[in-house]
Amino acid sequence: MKKYILKRIVYLVITLLVIMTATFFLMHSLPGTPFDEDKISKLSVAQQQQIYAAYGLDQPLYVQYFKYLGNVFQGNFGTSTLYAGQAVRSILASRIVPSALVGIQAVLVGLIIGLILGVVAAYRHNTPLDYLTMIISVLGISVPNFVVAALLQYFFGLKWGLLPVAYWESYASSILPSLALSFGVIAQIARFVRTEMLTVLQQDYILMAKAKGLSPVKILMRHALRNSMLPVLTILGAITVNVLTGSLAVESIFSVPGIGSLFVDTIKANDYSTILGLTVFYSAFYVVVVLIIDILYCVIDPRIRLAPAKE
Amino acid sequence: MQKWGPKMSLLEVRNLYINLQTHDNVVQAVRGVSFSLEPKDTLAIVGESGSGKSMTVKGVMKLLPKSGRIDAGQVIFDGRDITNYSDRQMRGLNGSEISMIFQDPMTSLNPTMTIGKQIMEVLREHEKMSAHAMKERAMELLGLVGISSPEKRFDQYPHQLSGGMRQRVVIAIALACNPKVLVADEPTTALDVTIQAQILDLMKSLQSKINTSIILITHNLGVVANIANKVAVMYGGQIVESGTVDEIFYQTQHPYTLGLIASIPKIHDDSGTLKTIPGTPPDLIDPPKGCPFAPRCDRAMKVCHLYPPTYTQISDTHCSACWLQHPYAQQAAGEEGHHE
Repeated sequence: MKKYILKRIVYLVITLLVIMTATFFLMHSLPGTPFDEDKISKLSVAQQQQIYAAYGLDQPLYVQYFKYLGNVFQGNFGTSTLYAGQAVRSILASRIVPSALVGIQAVLVGLIIGLILGVVAAYRHNTPLDYLTMIISVLGISVPNFVVAALLQYFFGLKWGLLPVAYWESYASSILPSLALSFGVIAQIARFVRTEMLTVLQQDYILMAKAKGLSPVKILMRHALRNSMLPVLTILGAITVNVLTGSLAVESIFSVPGIGSLFVDTIKANDYSTILGLTVFYSAFYVVVVLIIDILYCVIDPRIRLAPAKE
Repeated sequence: MQKWGPKMSLLEVRNLYINLQTHDNVVQAVRGVSFSLEPKDTLAIVGESGSGKSMTVKGVMKLLPKSGRIDAGQVIFDGRDITNYSDRQMRGLNGSEISMIFQDPMTSLNPTMTIGKQIMEVLREHEKMSAHAMKERAMELLGLVGISSPEKRFDQYPHQLSGGMRQRVVIAIALACNPKVLVADEPTTALDVTIQAQILDLMKSLQSKINTSIILITHNLGVVANIANKVAVMYGGQIVESGTVDEIFYQTQHPYTLGLIASIPKIHDDSGTLKTIPGTPPDLIDPPKGCPFAPRCDRAMKVCHLYPPTYTQISDTHCSACWLQHPYAQQAAGEEGHHE
């Protein structure tokens, strides 16, 4: 197991290197510079040269590339051009916190409620309760989260005045964006759990559990749930990455200073180093989540072995 | 069919009807099945797929699929009428007094739970035991069903065991609470031929150890001869012939049973073809009004297609549902012989 994880970490580094290289050259092949074309063209050529030199942009691309790599290995992701003078690392650090808080809450709420709904729907298969859950889940998937966000803002923020409408001020500010994001998660998890649970409930070992004299609740909790979790885990990885790395729409509706808006702003501004930093962060996060999910597979299902069997 | 003596049987099923509701039809899976089981009996229920043998025992244990329900009849277990037992009441019996072994050990154990936990689970449900005593008992059971190094197996998962081993575990679970009746639904069908004999021997030896009665569902007459003392042959949701194992094999009455026995491959037969009974089983959505076997029976008469045969008692223990054994038929045959 240790060896396996070590191997995966080596792969992670290689993956990141490839992504970094690709992003670096793609970014630089885009037209334009990180600077405002209108303003910079008003400066003298000497002044322009000075600015490019300050950011190291006057050197040949491959020199820039290796310099960048060297810096990254020292943990330095460079300086932002959009937010002049700020280190990319500190920008990222400050932006990740709100996105992560909102994201983790959304995933947790979504997972718990989704699980409950899915289990209930499967257990009460083809009853009004089942139909109700599936209607909720179809709505959750088909209604865009910015619509949910607006509704939440209207009711919780304006009409009932329970929670802040927007802005990032206290913990309470994170509740509505989390809820808005969690709807989609609830819907997806509920559907997966229900479908998988229905398959599992047809299995012989469920009948065997009944023949043992176990109550339906015990059968559900002890035998059906764990065996239904694998596919849920698979989508949970993708969902987590999606939600944790922020949703642009929801973040801008609630004015959350998160990572989603940062991404769009920096791409619009050709902010090379911030975009690279973000890309590396996104990729690293994704690869790590996939690794964790792979490890969790083994925890849930003993038949799955990551490393080749020793026997 | 059989006369109910004053002595109460361990399990008595009287005129059981089970219907399965499909999307737009009703399948009459079991149509008036009666049998009784005495202590230490091994009753084999024999029949082809879809003859209702599995449904009958599932009906007794209330393990029918959601679409299935008992339409009529009575199930009396150990002096208690359990026909209308609620699910909760049934849970008290299932696993402790009546338990079941399933056909495919590859799928009847939970893949994500250790062997030990799956055995202890049934003990926890029905016996008041300390955790330590439960573990002891689980180990003892593993030893009893012939699993070597129980300590090691206890913490293993089903996929780490072979098919035969898993069936042994299933048997250990079924016997954990010393049930009065053990229902075995084709317990050897999914196993290798060499393992089949081992499992049957194990069931026989355990039966004498813990004094349980067995209902064995099978379509393998070899298995029947090996282990059973009573046989009920099912066809089209009905028992067509029942009796002791000797009566069924040596004084066979019903043409269907004759056909089954004739279909057993003989080791010295070098004709190169397997004997079969031509035709297909009846459609139980719209069962025939006469004898269900009549369309495939080479001795079918007009009466067979029109009227369902009644049970004829051949001996105290032997009866058959065929017009050929009907007293009138016997009488007529006698008179005919007389004239010649």
